[in-house]
This record gives sequence, structure tokens and C-alpha cells, in this order.
Amino acid sequence: MSDIILEMKEINKEFPGVKALDNVKLDLRRGRVHSLMGENGAGKSTLMKCLIGIHQPTSGRIIYKGEEVQIPHTQVALNMGISMIHQELSPVLHRTIMENIWLGREPLKGPLKLVDHGEMYRRTKELLADLELNIDPKEKMINLTVAKIQMVEIAKAVSYNSEIVIMDEPTSALTDKEVDHLFRIIRRLKEKGTAIVYISHKMDEIFEISDDITIFRDGKYIATKEAQDITSSELITMMVGRELNEMFPKVDCLIGDVKISVRNLSSFKAFNDVSFDVRKGEILGIAGLVGAGRTEIIETIFGMRTKTAGSIFIDGKEVKINSPQDAIDNKIALLTEDRRATGIFPTLSVRDNTIMAHTKSYINMFGLLDYKRIEKDCLEYKDKIRIKTPGLDQRISNLSGGNQQKVLVARWLLTQPEILILDEPTRGIDVGAKAEIHSIITDLAGQGKTIIMVSSELPEILGMCDRIVVVHDGRVTGILDRKDANQEITMKYATNTMEQ
Amino acid sequence: MNREVAKKIISKYGIYFVLLFMVIAMSIFSDVFLTGRNLISVIRQVSVIGLLSLGVTLVIISKGIDLSSGSVLAFSAVMAASFGQLITFADKMYPGIGELPVIVPLLVALAVGTLCGIINGALIAKTGIPAFIATLGMYTAARGAALLYTDGRPVSNLTDSYKWFGQGYVGFIPVPVLIYILMAVITWVLLNHTRFGKNVYAIGGNIHAAEVSGINVHRNLIKIYAYAGLLSGLAGLVMSARVDTGQPGMGMGYELDAIAATTIGGTSHAGGIGTIGGAVVGLLILGVLNNGLNLLGVSAYWQQIIKGVIIVGAVVIDMRRNRVKK
Repeated sequence: MSDIILEMKEINKEFPGVKALDNVKLDLRRGRVHSLMGENGAGKSTLMKCLIGIHQPTSGRIIYKGEEVQIPHTQVALNMGISMIHQELSPVLHRTIMENIWLGREPLKGPLKLVDHGEMYRRTKELLADLELNIDPKEKMINLTVAKIQMVEIAKAVSYNSEIVIMDEPTSALTDKEVDHLFRIIRRLKEKGTAIVYISHKMDEIFEISDDITIFRDGKYIATKEAQDITSSELITMMVGRELNEMFPKVDCLIGDVKISVRNLSSFKAFNDVSFDVRKGEILGIAGLVGAGRTEIIETIFGMRTKTAGSIFIDGKEVKINSPQDAIDNKIALLTEDRRATGIFPTLSVRDNTIMAHTKSYINMFGLLDYKRIEKDCLEYKDKIRIKTPGLDQRISNLSGGNQQKVLVARWLLTQPEILILDEPTRGIDVGAKAEIHSIITDLAGQGKTIIMVSSELPEILGMCDRIVVVHDGRVTGILDRKDANQEITMKYATNTMEQ
Repeated sequence: MNREVAKKIISKYGIYFVLLFMVIAMSIFSDVFLTGRNLISVIRQVSVIGLLSLGVTLVIISKGIDLSSGSVLAFSAVMAASFGQLITFADKMYPGIGELPVIVPLLVALAVGTLCGIINGALIAKTGIPAFIATLGMYTAARGAALLYTDGRPVSNLTDSYKWFGQGYVGFIPVPVLIYILMAVITWVLLNHTRFGKNVYAIGGNIHAAEVSGINVHRNLIKIYAYAGLLSGLAGLVMSARVDTGQPGMGMGYELDAIAATTIGGTSHAGGIGTIGGAVVGLLILGVLNNGLNLLGVSAYWQQIIKGVIIVGAVVIDMRRNRVKK
């Protein structure tokens, strides 16, 4: 058909240890909004990154306007007319709107090729007016709201005469009014014949704006449907319809008294009025979509974020936790979600990485570190949780992701915690290491530890946890018992569509 | 396989080989170089900068920088000297007080240096300004304080026990060299065998992970700069003792030599990497270079250029060595 502008065929993308895209296809047509749906990690963003040249597909073909193309980097995509508005925007904050839009291709004048600010201003003004944006092109980006920055990014895409505009979670930080404005802009682009790729987790938006929907699951293409031919409930089934084929070694443990109670906890706008209890020997899952506030909740419990309301009780007594040190003193451990940013010390040895949260217990009578004891403990945990490393002196950055994660697990186990909070404990590690980490978690519950686990992978949550707290948009929408939980129900709570 | 091992050894101890190579080269070209007298004088010449570089090593491992060490040295020196003048000297700063035991100027030097360091550390930790800016402020302010305190004049005619710190000998080893060795050992123990040392590496390696691990980043930053200040104070005492005068203009540019020694020794400005052994070797390379080029009669101007090339070259090699393979 002539209105097809882009075909992606048999796209495969492999990262070390992970197959992110498995024989995926996608057709885009002019003047239509095409939504990509799927759980976190289903491959939507990866596919789009392959399209705009951030990633190179391992194999597959991209056919743009009837010709097969190679897209080695983003500038090539931009010049071809393909733009992406990213989930995390990255404008040059201290420069003006017009400088951001024309960055790297400023209009020039005269023999000295000086930047033509007048021309730049005029073109930007036109561009913004066309998108009903009433802002001064000379305004600095840093003074704009997130919504406005997003609109400027769209204006930039338009300025490239883009024929395909990809929007990755464009509404995650917008108010309803701003969403309406965005949708007006999208409809206008549609009329001009632009093909729009729309990635969102918000079901109601998807149905409001989409013409076509393609569903992905675990890096695989599932189906493409016209939006009018499908219901939200069918869509959810297609998104999660995955067999529970992975092994989860969950065994029923003796569940004891309540260990930690969270009451009416809030932190600014991140989440509100969150309450739950976790018992000894229990594994509590926190499920929800990206941006729902899962990580923020546990970071607040651990003292990394400011608590604006609510209280935390441990063994029935209220505790004050204002810093990670307070949390550690209360026998809480947190395995953070981003191993690189807040977990490992990349330049240090496996040994130093292991002891870093627990150095104070190794001080001998002279105030020096007792390396004999450090050696003994590190070796003990290295064997116990099977960290594969040539030696304790090895720099941690030379280990695989799974082994780095195990070192971090060892770091926290060394502190003898009673409450373990695990944020995405198996993200980005291979299947073997994953199963090992699952069995460590189960063992810990068996020893009567209290475990709170956040994961984007529903099967992991369903397979591992005794109870599941589901959050949506900073609120708890449901607390499910293991026996009542399945993927569909959890997803409905997570998307806040259970009344349908 | 053997090739691999050789590669590893060279990459780990490369800088030691450079020093060895320089020593061999210099002793071939000059018959004076490899005499005990000359070697001791090499170390004595760089011992003051060596003291500064020990503190700077800690600071740089924590991903900071200290531009103030030369100025703090001067401020500490004039303060200490004013409490260590001979009673017979007519132009004494405090004519009213008698001759004080040498412990007084010693403690004054250490206290002044430490205090300046605490201010540096507190500024960085509490206000979040970059270390470059905080210590740039101290660089100017401490020099100003030294000038203000002395009204721009030297503080001279120090007691014999004071001068011992700069001019004395224990056996055949000059006291400044002894102090440098002692402080290098102490700093090595501090960095490798105490909790504080682990925290220094952790903060430089990944400050966010350090916070999550329950390390009190603010308090440790203050300690790091306080220790660097303490060493600057000690360096001030030694230097004023050596020249029998506390001068407000002394130690100018020393902060950069200290940073150079540390950098040549393989301490990474990206944080989390560095050793005291490296800082010592880096210092000796600078010392041997100065001394050797002098003996060979190379002009002082050329010496500066060669020093510059070596500093940059050391870092280029280091970056290649530490680059994460992608």
C-alpha cells in the first residue's frame, strides 16, 4: 500500500546475555498514530532505538519509503525525517528555546558564517505559533515546565520536517490539560500526513489517540490491531499472556509476627498515603508500572528521600529514619535498582565492595581494619552465594552483571539485616544468575528475614511473593494475596482499570 | 601467556619502571648523581612538596582537588614562626612573651593548617560547591591572612629547636626527609588499614553508592580536607625551619607541584583510584628530574617544559590503562 512509510522486518537485537528483540516487525502508515504496547522490558523502546540509530539491530531490515536503509546514528535518522521525543528529555537547560531547536544547524549569514539570530528567532516563532505555543523563543529552557519542554521537543521534530515522530511516554509528567494540548498537536501532525509512534502505559490515552496498536511481549511481536477492533481487557491479556515457565523456587515459609509497618507514608508528589505491613519470613512484592512510585516508596523507607507524612514501625515501635545510616542501624538493607549508579564502586576490588556497608564491625583494638576477618567473611559469602571471580582483589567492574549483583547481595547480607528491600534484584542479569538470586531470596525468607521486593517482571513477583502491593500513580490500588493474584488482575490494578 | 603477565606487571608498576629508568639514565650521564649525598639532597628538596602531595592524594582519590595547600603552608609557617622566635631578637613579633617550648609553634602550625582544611571540607560538604572553587577561595584567602598577620614582612630568627625541624639530622638522614617518610607511612596506614581510608575510596568511586552504604559522606569529606590541611601546616613548619624564616610569600605554586606528583603517581582525577606508593614515586620522579637536569646543565626554562610534558604524558598513559573496555 502506498501510504506505508516504514517497514521494519525480522528485527533482532541481542545484548550480552539477553535477547531484547526476537524477530520483530512493525509497519507505519502516513497520517496514523501507531501505539506500541507491552510490559516494561517488552522491547518497545529498544525497537525504537534501533529505528533512530541509537542501537544497531543484530539483524533485520528497515525499509523507509520503499528503500532499504541503514541508520548508523541519530543524525542520519533526523535528516531522513525520523525524530524521537525521549522519555527522559535532555535539553541544554541554560540556553534558549531557539538555540535548542536549531542546535548544530543554526541558520548562518554573511561570509563569516555567523549565526543569524534574527532568522533563527523568526523561524522559531513561526514553529511555536503553529503548535499553539505561546512562548518567547528567547526563553531559557530551564524556566519551562516539563510539558513545555516536551512541546519544544516536538517543535524541534517538526522543524526537521519529520515524517515519523516517535513519542516515548510523552504524558508521564503532564496534567490533563497539557495532555489535551499534546493530543491536539498530535492530531494536527496527523493531518499533515506524519506517522506517529506512541509509546505509553496509559490505557485510556492509548484508546483515545491511537489508530493502530502493536503488542509486544518479552521482545517478541504478538499482534497488530486497529484500535477500534480491540478492548482493553483483550489488550492486557495479549500483553501478559505469558506462561509461567521460569522456575521460581518459592517454598512456603513459616510466617511470623509483623516486622515492619508502613503507615500513611507520603513523599512530596512521588507517592501518597501508602500503608502496608510485612511479617517475618514473608516476601512482599511491590508491583506497578514504571513511574508509579515503587522505587520512591522504598527509598523513603530507607531514608534516601524525605518523608513528608506518615510513620514507620519496626517490631511495633516507631522508628526515625532520616538517612541510610539510620536504616542500616535499624537492620534494614536496600539493594538498589540501578547497580551502576547507586550500587557498585567500579574502581574498587570485590573485597572492598563487599565490606563497604559494614566496615565499622572490622575495626580491631588499634582502630585498624582486621583484614584476616574481612578475608574470612568475604570468602565465606563468595562461596555461599557463588560469586564467580578470579579473586577478591579483582576489580568489580571486570565481573559480569550477575556476579556484580551477587557481590552487592553479599554486601548487605554482611550487615546481618532483618529487613531486606530488593529493588529489581534481577534486572539485566542472565537467566542462570537470576535463578540463583531467586533461591537466595527464598532462603532468606526461610531464615525468618522480612523481604520487600520491587520488580517490573510480573512473573517474578507472582512467582516469588506471598503478597503483592500494587501501585498506580503514587497510590496503592490493591493488595493481593498470592492465591488471588494472577497477571491479568495485577495488571488491571497497575493500570487502574479494574472496574472494566 | 608470559606476554600477558609482562603486560600486567608493566601496567601495574609502569611508573616504578619509569623512575628506575630515570635513575639509571641519570647515573650514566652524571657521576655525581648516584652518590648518597646527592640522593639525600634530592629527597630533602622535595620533602615539603611531598608532605603536601600526601594530603592531596587523599583529596584527589575522593574526587576532589586542593588548590590551597601552598597558601595554607605559608599561613601556618608565619603563624608558627611568630611563636618560635629567639628571645634575643630585637624585632620579635611578640616581645612580651619569652621563648616558648618548640611544641607550641608545632601545635600552632598543625592547628592553623587543620582549621583551614576544615573550612575547605565544610564548604564543600555543606554548600555543595565544587572543591575547585572552595579551595580556590582558600588559596587566595590564606595567602591574604599570612600577609595580614605579618604585615607582609618575614618572621625570622627562630630558635634552634624550631630550626631542627628543617635543618637537623637524625644520623645521616635530614629531619625533613624523616618527617616525610613518617607521614607517608602514617598516610599509607590511614588509607589502607582504616575505615576512613575505605570511605575515601568509596566516596571517590561512587558517592551515591557510598551514601546508600551508610557512609557519612559529609563528615568524611571534612576529615579528608582537614587531614590535607594538617599536612600543609606541617609542611609550613618544616619549610620555615629550613630557611629560618616564616615568609608570607613562601610555598607559592607548591600546590600545583603537589598535584603533579600525585598525578604522575597514577592517582586518577576521576576518583576512586590512587595509592600513596604512587604519590611517593611521582614525587621522586619530579625530584630526580629537577636534580638530574640541573646536574646535566639543562636550562631551567627547558626543565619547566619537560616537567609539563611528563605530567600530561603520565595522565594520558593512565587514562589508557584505566579505560573501561567497551
